[in-house]
Amino acid sequence: MEQNAAISSKDNICAEGKVESKDILRILESHNKDRGGLISILEEIQSEYGYLPEEALRIVSERTGRSLVDIYGVATFYRFFSLQAKGKHLICACLGTACHVRGAPRIVAELEQQLTIKAGQTTPDKEFTLETVNCLGACALGPVVVIDGHYFSKVRKSKVKQLLEQAGEGFDKFDIGKDERIFPIEVSCPHCNHSFKDKTFAIDGYPCLKINVATDHQQGWIRLSCLYGSYSVSTEFEIPEGMVVNFICPHCNSEIHSTSDCSQCGAPMIPMLVDGGGIVSICTRRGCKNHMLDLV
Amino acid sequence: MINLKINGLNVSVEKGTTLLEAAKFLGFPIPTLCHMDGLSPYGACRLCVVEIGEDSNAKLVSSCIYPAEEGLKVRTASTRVLKARKMILELLLASCPQSKTIQDVASAHGIRQQRFKQEYEDCILCGLCVRMCEEQMMAKAIGFRGRGENRSIGTPFDIKSDVCRLCGGCMYVCPACQLRCTYNEPEKAICGGCANLAPPCVEKEEFDDMMCYMNPCVACEIKKD
Repeated sequence: MEQNAAISSKDNICAEGKVESKDILRILESHNKDRGGLISILEEIQSEYGYLPEEALRIVSERTGRSLVDIYGVATFYRFFSLQAKGKHLICACLGTACHVRGAPRIVAELEQQLTIKAGQTTPDKEFTLETVNCLGACALGPVVVIDGHYFSKVRKSKVKQLLEQAGEGFDKFDIGKDERIFPIEVSCPHCNHSFKDKTFAIDGYPCLKINVATDHQQGWIRLSCLYGSYSVSTEFEIPEGMVVNFICPHCNSEIHSTSDCSQCGAPMIPMLVDGGGIVSICTRRGCKNHMLDLV
Repeated sequence: MINLKINGLNVSVEKGTTLLEAAKFLGFPIPTLCHMDGLSPYGACRLCVVEIGEDSNAKLVSSCIYPAEEGLKVRTASTRVLKARKMILELLLASCPQSKTIQDVASAHGIRQQRFKQEYEDCILCGLCVRMCEEQMMAKAIGFRGRGENRSIGTPFDIKSDVCRLCGGCMYVCPACQLRCTYNEPEKAICGGCANLAPPCVEKEEFDDMMCYMNPCVACEIKKD
């Protein structure tokens, strides 16, 4: 099995053109309490699919009793929402006044030339989407370009090509060490206290954590990134989005039992001991990123 | 009851009455494009401006959404009001020069020339059709989309809406005939008006030149001459 294929920090984005009504229903369910939360529902759908699929809007309309016209009106009113599928990498070039006088139009022209698309379009291979914004509030740093949430300041025309190459490879590996919220931790089984560390396989450039997982029909391993704050995982077999799995220690073969329920999706959360004292709990639902770190 | 003065005449109206209704009650004409009895007031066209208050406190408000207040002094045809109204009309005329309704109002206000660049839009975004569809036809098939200069009226995703019954109400109330007849593209059609004419519009060759839901179709009549 090709291991790299399963590793993706963006694996929360579902395959294009596959709108499952149960996914939408799950999102609607979590918003049941706050009536009038149309924008947060749309935000969540957009984070799931990368855009707002027509089918999804129809389901939202049907379930919430709002008319499709109103939902469509909101979806087209805010620039944040997109009704077209976007590329894997989102490039946002600032064209605000300060960036403009510092040469942002030339940067946009260079981006357009390199990607052979116009602003607002997506490359045919669905890799890049180029957008312009009117101000990012970082005027002193202009011209500013944001790629996949990473800000690049004082961008020169000559730097554009390098940026695009980096973007294609992903920025995740460049960031570790710089970002203080992301740091490596070593965890072990709460029963036998054996470390889950697996030195034979690296994720995010660090040795990964290997745990066995079991569903109703299948068993296999899951490799998690040891970086706290990174959601990169690799699995032996395909675990469908939203499925809850059982975690089993590879050393003592005992199942790791849940001690609490996930505050976001309600699935059981399993505890693991952190080297140096403390407990980290992670949600057992595939795709749910909820986790809790209790340091003693 | 609320007592107020309109153009020097005392009038008492019920709470919640708008200035437009009060003025109409007294018989003072106030032109408007986006107001229609039976639909909620919206205040989009601003044509119904009136002046309230006195001297330095005087200000222009749109009467169709301004509720009557105790002791309010309203002037519906002061120099300032007429000047503002003329300007609004000129701007409306610049965006929709082909609209018969706007042309008529403009002509009644003595507008004889056009200072602004003509845009040849076919919508003034007055929202009459949207309110008609929602409030009278209970359908909510059309609505506003987009924002700013990209704001437009139409069905979601630009395809025929499931809730549209082809009643034609939207075209009937439109002062600029924004929702151009699209019967030759049935998946986009929002009215079945032309099909009900005799002979049906769709069977005529000049179909592309037709503008509206009228019986007889004005565009067809003009073409005939």
